[in-house]
Amino acid sequence: MSVEHTDRRPETGAFFQRDRGWHPPALTPAYKTSVLRSPQKALLSLDNTLSEITGPVFGHDLLGPLDDDLIHNFAKPGESAIGERIIVYGRVLDERGKGVPGALLEFWQANAGGRYRHRKEGYLAALDPNFGGCGRTIADQDGGYAFRTIKPGPYPWPNGVNDWRPAHIHFSVFGHGFAQRLITQMYFEGDPLIWLCPIVKTIPDRAAVETLIAALDMQATIPMDARAYKFDIVLRGRRSTMFENRLEGN
Amino acid sequence: MVQALNRLKESPSQTAGPYVHIGLTPNFAEITGVYDRDLGDAMVNAGTKGERIGVRVRVLDGTGTPLRDALVEIWQADHAGLYNSPSERRGTADPNFTGWGRKATDMETGECLFETVKPGRVPFKDGRLMAPHITFWIVARGINLGLHTRMYFADEEAANGEDPVLARIEHRQRVATLVAARKGDAYVFDINLQGERETVFFDI
Repeated sequence: MSVEHTDRRPETGAFFQRDRGWHPPALTPAYKTSVLRSPQKALLSLDNTLSEITGPVFGHDLLGPLDDDLIHNFAKPGESAIGERIIVYGRVLDERGKGVPGALLEFWQANAGGRYRHRKEGYLAALDPNFGGCGRTIADQDGGYAFRTIKPGPYPWPNGVNDWRPAHIHFSVFGHGFAQRLITQMYFEGDPLIWLCPIVKTIPDRAAVETLIAALDMQATIPMDARAYKFDIVLRGRRSTMFENRLEGN
Repeated sequence: MVQALNRLKESPSQTAGPYVHIGLTPNFAEITGVYDRDLGDAMVNAGTKGERIGVRVRVLDGTGTPLRDALVEIWQADHAGLYNSPSERRGTADPNFTGWGRKATDMETGECLFETVKPGRVPFKDGRLMAPHITFWIVARGINLGLHTRMYFADEEAANGEDPVLARIEHRQRVATLVAARKGDAYVFDINLQGERETVFFDI
């Protein structure tokens, strides 16, 4: 790990409190696995200490040349993954609207047929020998990011007898503090499965769900190559430290 | 009408799902050749200062069954109580210690092992020292929003007794859910998601 983006003074304020009415609650019985994996006791509220305000920051030296290209990063030389070629791009922002430079984004997904490359996956759709399904990148000075992939297919899962996940890409994001740690899923504009999915419906507010639906952006396409979807991600904002009693010595 | 605050809302969380390993520990998931090594698999190297320790972790559901598809991340100070983070303004942390680790629980046993160092004490907001602790973040299939908790050390009884965070736990018998005892070569920390011995989780 190394620290880049040193043109901006690192912030040391506590993070805005999480709005747990906006996020999905822990217990969402229609998503069956949550029943035995949800705490029943109240969370203990803890205004951030240094342990939550700080967090690891990753340098570009982490990245390999194909880490942001899922079409090629598992493919044999000269070959590529099968499916709808797309670019996913956007910005990592915080709740104040500021870009989050240096944010590490990791993503994973099924192939074009909805099949994951994973030992525990039993779906009969075939693996693509040229598709692994993982990628990562680091946001630039403005919080901007982009990667290239194929559009994943929907897949069935053993929840209800006939539940299908909408096409989605999983995102894991690191901001600048461990309290900002977030995992979410990106969905695709116009997919009718979104509104049937018990995992999507763990989110109580329709407006919150809509923030996870990437927009088709024809202006960002590469003609005769790939379409583009725009997906912005918002992490928790930080409080100002200007009137707090600080002990860090700054 | 008043002026608009114009704040954005945090992106809502979704479960990491059962195949989280593909993205976050691909080599563990047998997807090789994309990344040299899984991010967060090594926190220490030969030059790391401090007492080397192991931390054995299991995450158990409401029936007491270990999760065999959980992903656990830890974040902690170095031996001197400094974080390896740009937001650390009290000094420079040990450059041979990342402070951050990531492990998937074993697909058969449900256990994972962190090789790290025992952290030094870090000040609470009012300057009192917190007891040595490791911050945990747990995601898995069935967990809609990552769970935060802390692990403290059973052999730090005096420090634990004056820790300002542990002091806030109203039901004193629950403090023990955050305190790991040493067994053999490692501290053993069982995280109970639900039930009588439910671990204390934090809204941080």
